[in-house]
Amino acid sequence: MTEPLLRIEDLYVRFRTDEGTIRAVNGVNLEIMPGEMFGLVGESGCGKSVTGLSILKLVPHPGRITRGKIWFRGENLLEKPESAMREIRGRHIAMIFQDPMSSLNPVFTVGHQITRVIRRHHHVSRREAWERAAGTLDDLGIPDPERVMRSYPYELSGGMQQRVMIAIALSCGAELLIADEPTTALDVTIQAQILELLNALRIRRGVSILMITHDLGVVAETCDRVAVLYAGRVVESGPTDAVLQAPAHPYTQGLLNALPRPSARRKSLQAIPGSVPGGIEEIPGCPFHPRCALADDLCRSKTPIMTPVDSSGAHLAACHLIGKSEG
Amino acid sequence: MAFVEARDLTKHFVIRRGWFARPTVVRALTGVNLEIERRETLGVVGESGCGKSTLGRCLIRLIEPTSGQVLFDGEDVLALHGEELRSLRRRMQIVFQNPFSSLNPRMTVRDIVAEPLKAHTNMRGSELTARVIELLRQVGLNESHLYRYPREFSGGQAQRIAVARALALNPDFIVLDEPTSALDVSVQATVVNLLEELQAELGLTYLFISHDLSVVQHISNRIAVMYLGEIVEMGNAEEIFHSPMHPYTQALLSATPMVDPETRRERIILEGSVPNPANPPSGCHFHTRCPAAMAFCADEKPPLREINGRLVACHLHE
Repeated sequence: MTEPLLRIEDLYVRFRTDEGTIRAVNGVNLEIMPGEMFGLVGESGCGKSVTGLSILKLVPHPGRITRGKIWFRGENLLEKPESAMREIRGRHIAMIFQDPMSSLNPVFTVGHQITRVIRRHHHVSRREAWERAAGTLDDLGIPDPERVMRSYPYELSGGMQQRVMIAIALSCGAELLIADEPTTALDVTIQAQILELLNALRIRRGVSILMITHDLGVVAETCDRVAVLYAGRVVESGPTDAVLQAPAHPYTQGLLNALPRPSARRKSLQAIPGSVPGGIEEIPGCPFHPRCALADDLCRSKTPIMTPVDSSGAHLAACHLIGKSEG
Repeated sequence: MAFVEARDLTKHFVIRRGWFARPTVVRALTGVNLEIERRETLGVVGESGCGKSTLGRCLIRLIEPTSGQVLFDGEDVLALHGEELRSLRRRMQIVFQNPFSSLNPRMTVRDIVAEPLKAHTNMRGSELTARVIELLRQVGLNESHLYRYPREFSGGQAQRIAVARALALNPDFIVLDEPTSALDVSVQATVVNLLEELQAELGLTYLFISHDLSVVQHISNRIAVMYLGEIVEMGNAEEIFHSPMHPYTQALLSATPMVDPETRRERIILEGSVPNPANPPSGCHFHTRCPAAMAFCADEKPPLREINGRLVACHLHE
């Protein structure tokens, strides 16, 4: 069996605020294999972005990683000093965000920004860096890379800006790309272009991609495996088709039922009652029990652990009801 | 006669960049014709800059169209002035995408929902508060929310407040401009359900604007697909969703990520992005990105024609 490229073990992240401590991430475990597109899906506030930022140790103040291990190429990133992390960011693990316009520096040309990243990690001349940058843009299917390189970010469309971000992320040959809602700000036809591009990069370059998104449709169409996050915990994970076609956790089922589908036009959508917890008050037992129609006393007192749903052993869910219904 | 009707509706924005620069004209909306029946939901879909919000705003005269006509229940909306226009405005309302920017953060829920009533009716004091409570209940909130501020609510609850405000004057027609786009799916479902319940209960007519085709096909009776300020296809929601005829509708549908494998389509990836509406392509606006474009598509603009009970503007269907 191949070793995972990245393994997150029992990750906890806390934000100390005046209103109390926000439990953003509560024991996340996940593994990303080489060349895999892995989906991390959940609603706002579920901890998906914070999990992504934790990998690069970029959790913003007042957030702190309080427990856990993040294994990358045999080393625990959480034990690495800041200086070592700087060598890893961009060089081995790169990240792109929802809004490329706010990630790019508006006062420098695109070419300047890409070459700067290349020269930060490799001892090459300006000219060499420029050529390598143009090569990366060309590789991403960007027409007329030289013109794009001489442009300022505001001169480019949203889709082109996101391609530039991807070029910056991959210009130094990163093995893992963390994509935090990379297409949420884009129109659907442009979203399709970017998703196609990410998929092509994964196949051609063997890049692993952690796709953080709220859109189950994006997951369904791009990811090999998926983890569903709720209240800072993975509540279900497995091969995408298994999780989305035969969801085992009531929350995953609820999310899927809430989606408008062509097969059930003009019928009431099934909403999940209640709202996402704020993360300050501790919920005893299963974090989903206050909103779950099937919750019983066990759910209110004991936190369920990830349990295999079927005989494959690849599809897991954290719910006390698993195995019960058949019995 | 249709309840709401647009005839050749056009809106051009003139943009001046600097004193001596020649002004550019952005053609946000060009010659749009549509009819909405009473109690019907017409969905409008399209990508950013296609003119869908401009259409919604022109229909209720939040912005003045450059030319064309809007008929609302038989009245010429653009010809009215003063008191006549004011009384017509009570019957048409709008709900915007982001409740936190459409609700005044310094006003309490009571004052927000009471504002249209104060402006248009003589209701005051306890009578006014009673009506606000009634409206809050209608959208699933209650009197305990009266003296709270918008920031104390979640996105879904705040959008309910915006809906309550829109309902305050018993309107007949509501423009819903991306009302669920800022919400999570589980919350989106509750707001969509609420809008459908209110429509059935109060006999409302909706123009539902969204970039999200799956929500639009769910809530709409008919759909209009827009591209660069024009309607390229319009017809029954289910039929459009199952057998889109315009290449743009086909691309839009195929690009929408679907959870169910059976509704997934072969993906058509369009080249490039939407052209600048200040300088739209000649002929059919879509020809620069159309996978099926023919030579004369660049020269000749296809009119919106009826084909099997549907309107399509494409030379392929001639």
